[in-house]
Amino acid sequence: MKPTDISNPDYLHKVVDCQWACPAHTPVPEYIRQIAAGDFSAAYMINWNSNVFPGILGRVCDRPCEPACRRGRVDKEPVAICRLKRVAADFKDDIRDRLPRPPEKKNGKRIACIGGGPASLTVARDLAVQGYQVTVFDSGSSPGGMMRSQIPKFRLPDSVIDEECGYIEDLGVELRRNHWIGSLREVLAGDWDAVFVGTGAPRGRDADLPGRNQAAAHIHVGIDWLSNVAFGHVTSIGKRVIVLGGGNTAMDCCRSARRLGGEDVRVVVRSGFEEMKASPWEKEDALHEGIPIHNFLVQKAFTHAHGRLTGVLFEKVRAEYDDKGRRSLVPTGEPDVHMECDDVLIAIGQENAFPWIERDIGLDFDRWGLPVLNAQTLQSTLPRVFFGGDAALGPKNIITAVAQGHEAAISIDLFCRKLPLTQRPPATMNLVSQKMGIHEWSYDNQVSEDARRKVPVRSIEEALKDIKSEFELGYDFKLACAETARCLNCDVATVFKPKLCIECDACVDICPTECITFTRNGEEDELRGRLKAPSCDPEQALYLAEGLKTGRVMVKDENVCLHCGMCAERCPTGAWDMQKFQVNIAQAGAEV
Amino acid sequence: MTYLAKPKLLAADAPRNALGYTRRDYEGAISTLCAGCGHDSISASIVQACFDLDIEPHKVAKLSGIGCSSKTPDYFLGNSHGFNSVHGRMPSVLTGAALANRNLLYLGVSGDGDSASIGIGQFAHAMRRGVNMTYIVENNGVYGLTKGQFSATADKGTKSKKGVINSDSPIDLAMLALQLGATYVARSFSGDKEQLVPLIKGALRHGGPAFIDVISPCVTFNNHAGSTKSYDYVREHNAAVNRLDVILPKAQIEASYPPGSLRRVVQHDGSILHLRKVGVDYDPSDRIGAMNHLQERQALGEIVTGLLYVDSSGQDMHTHLNTVEKPLNQLGDAYLCPGSKALEALNAMLR
Repeated sequence: MKPTDISNPDYLHKVVDCQWACPAHTPVPEYIRQIAAGDFSAAYMINWNSNVFPGILGRVCDRPCEPACRRGRVDKEPVAICRLKRVAADFKDDIRDRLPRPPEKKNGKRIACIGGGPASLTVARDLAVQGYQVTVFDSGSSPGGMMRSQIPKFRLPDSVIDEECGYIEDLGVELRRNHWIGSLREVLAGDWDAVFVGTGAPRGRDADLPGRNQAAAHIHVGIDWLSNVAFGHVTSIGKRVIVLGGGNTAMDCCRSARRLGGEDVRVVVRSGFEEMKASPWEKEDALHEGIPIHNFLVQKAFTHAHGRLTGVLFEKVRAEYDDKGRRSLVPTGEPDVHMECDDVLIAIGQENAFPWIERDIGLDFDRWGLPVLNAQTLQSTLPRVFFGGDAALGPKNIITAVAQGHEAAISIDLFCRKLPLTQRPPATMNLVSQKMGIHEWSYDNQVSEDARRKVPVRSIEEALKDIKSEFELGYDFKLACAETARCLNCDVATVFKPKLCIECDACVDICPTECITFTRNGEEDELRGRLKAPSCDPEQALYLAEGLKTGRVMVKDENVCLHCGMCAERCPTGAWDMQKFQVNIAQAGAEV
Repeated sequence: MTYLAKPKLLAADAPRNALGYTRRDYEGAISTLCAGCGHDSISASIVQACFDLDIEPHKVAKLSGIGCSSKTPDYFLGNSHGFNSVHGRMPSVLTGAALANRNLLYLGVSGDGDSASIGIGQFAHAMRRGVNMTYIVENNGVYGLTKGQFSATADKGTKSKKGVINSDSPIDLAMLALQLGATYVARSFSGDKEQLVPLIKGALRHGGPAFIDVISPCVTFNNHAGSTKSYDYVREHNAAVNRLDVILPKAQIEASYPPGSLRRVVQHDGSILHLRKVGVDYDPSDRIGAMNHLQERQALGEIVTGLLYVDSSGQDMHTHLNTVEKPLNQLGDAYLCPGSKALEALNAMLR
């Protein structure tokens, strides 16, 4: 196996599992340390720089970071990364003086962003600070897109959206509210140097089953219903509600229904409980509010009498897997199940829709109705039109939309500077020793063995009374501090200098998780089986260094390293050092 | 050295032995020795050996004297019996304990000062008596606790960290053990766990006096050029006579080695020692040959390591003295104190 090149930013970046898993590569351990130090504003700004909407994401992010968290591999649960982000947003001071100022002199380029959601606003932010004149067109009266229209207020209050969208507007971004774009051709006729499309995936999938039309008055498409609720057009629902679908939208639907008068609200899902698309914590919240989830039931028909919905008929299925692990749902042959209800909410998926984009203007769509894009640059077949967010590659989540917004902004910047789009500005990195004394590091290397802290919530009775009262109360200062101590500081990297090593084995002996082995070199697969603790996860890298006197190599399995620094404390020669790794992910305007 | 306790967090798939213990379960308190001390590697090797042999921690008694080495029993087998005795007096405490209860596994840990200077008499007699034990000397050639004066095992001509040349002749404890009747004698190096761990395992399963001289560099006072007990020097001059694999009776692993290169020794308890020949033709059952080999190689400046001698007949002090099988604490008052009539009968027998 070849020696590891830790000067490649990707190597150590991947060791910081949470940051690597975050589409926007938020420096998680760094902001957690700032929270621990009580500097909430600094923690907020670290987030703001990467993910633009810390307060929003701290409440409703899909948290790809948490399943990736190293803590989850050595402890029961990962660090509550997402809710610590909210702590930064909740407790910060006025941070407006920390925000960048757009240059006085604009660069003369005009950019149109269509849609006022997270992707568009990210593009607007990144480009505005570079001197672009950005105009955001949104059909609503306030920006935020689906964050405002589809996420229930009890999870994400308007005040948070207003604040964080406001920061972007304050950068000199022109926001045209209540402005419905009906034609891309018309937009392109305007004098725009580039156009960004961030219109989301606005169409909820319907269930075209027998009875759908006859009982239409009480069958609602989930995301439309949610936005009607969000804007106050819908304020009540029947007592018995069935929600079809197992994703996060279904969870929002059922919990909203509970708050609008639904007493017997149930979720019915085709798949098994584990395979549901909803995040585990969202399922938990629904169950916590007394909403049962019924699995392996496929909707067959809506039953109705006298033009009124009476219930839904389901077929019982079971999951079968073929050789390749592909699942198919097979009817069990048992009698169908009928569930009575007053209303049905259909939350079985979202689709993209671009009725306002003419098909003869040179912008190609694929057979699924998605724009043909370069996946890296997000440029469409019309060179000055770019896409991002759910509109680009299909529905995902807010943090992915933000990440795509950053990428699109880089592309637009390169495009306007007439540079090749595929030559992206590289990430840069920095490594700084954290050694302060013999046993002293500038990070807290004592590993907390505490369990994850629960986030305090409102009592169910109180929460169900008002659809606008926020359910989660967030960590208080004490809980937040305790939770920060669970972070393993994965960005404080173990850096090994073979020239200094005397092969005394002190690091091998002290390592609590037996990550380090000195052995003869070999092929990676074979080497993995020979380590002190055999390394079974090929996704996790081996850090290999050669140049030792005995001709052996040092192999460190990155998988369960606790970054406790004990190897470095025990090393008599300083061959091991703990160095803080900082990766600077390029944003628009960075040097190529 | 470090001030922090090792975090208890562990990978979900951390290896477990037949008793369900992880290696971490065989550890002790956090070591307070200098960073890089060879002794810590020996502690780790003892942990590994006990883990591999599925030893129940409560069936082990670890005893030591005074010195850096004698501190180490605190750093391994935290759930075993322990006795930190007077300087150089570990062998007699261990002998007494072994007489009282032969059902425990006795592990004596000592240093070159504790065994070759103040305790050399005790060392000699414990070997002579054939106490069933594993006696490990963590040999660094200096008095580390008193800042690095030469110990009795320092080679003649060795240079100290301050530049002083040692003019005294060294004591070779392995040689002494061979001469005094130890039935399992080995030498190893703390920087070579591949060799050391099987040697400890073989010793723990050996039914008689087992002695291992482990060269263990003192990183603080004896790891410089001019020292014969530094990591570099030992690596350069290490002349291993064999490589050992210890195979438990239950395991049916037959390693395939070229004919003639493997020597099989069945110990008294059924464990099998597989000795792979390294370089020289060496017969580990020949005590006199072993002593000659040691002398010859030492004269050439080599450090002979490996299993130097093994006699697997399983004779020990209890066999020699024909002692009672049961531990004294299980015999009961009536048996231990049979009364005045029994005493009279005994006296009459001696008249």
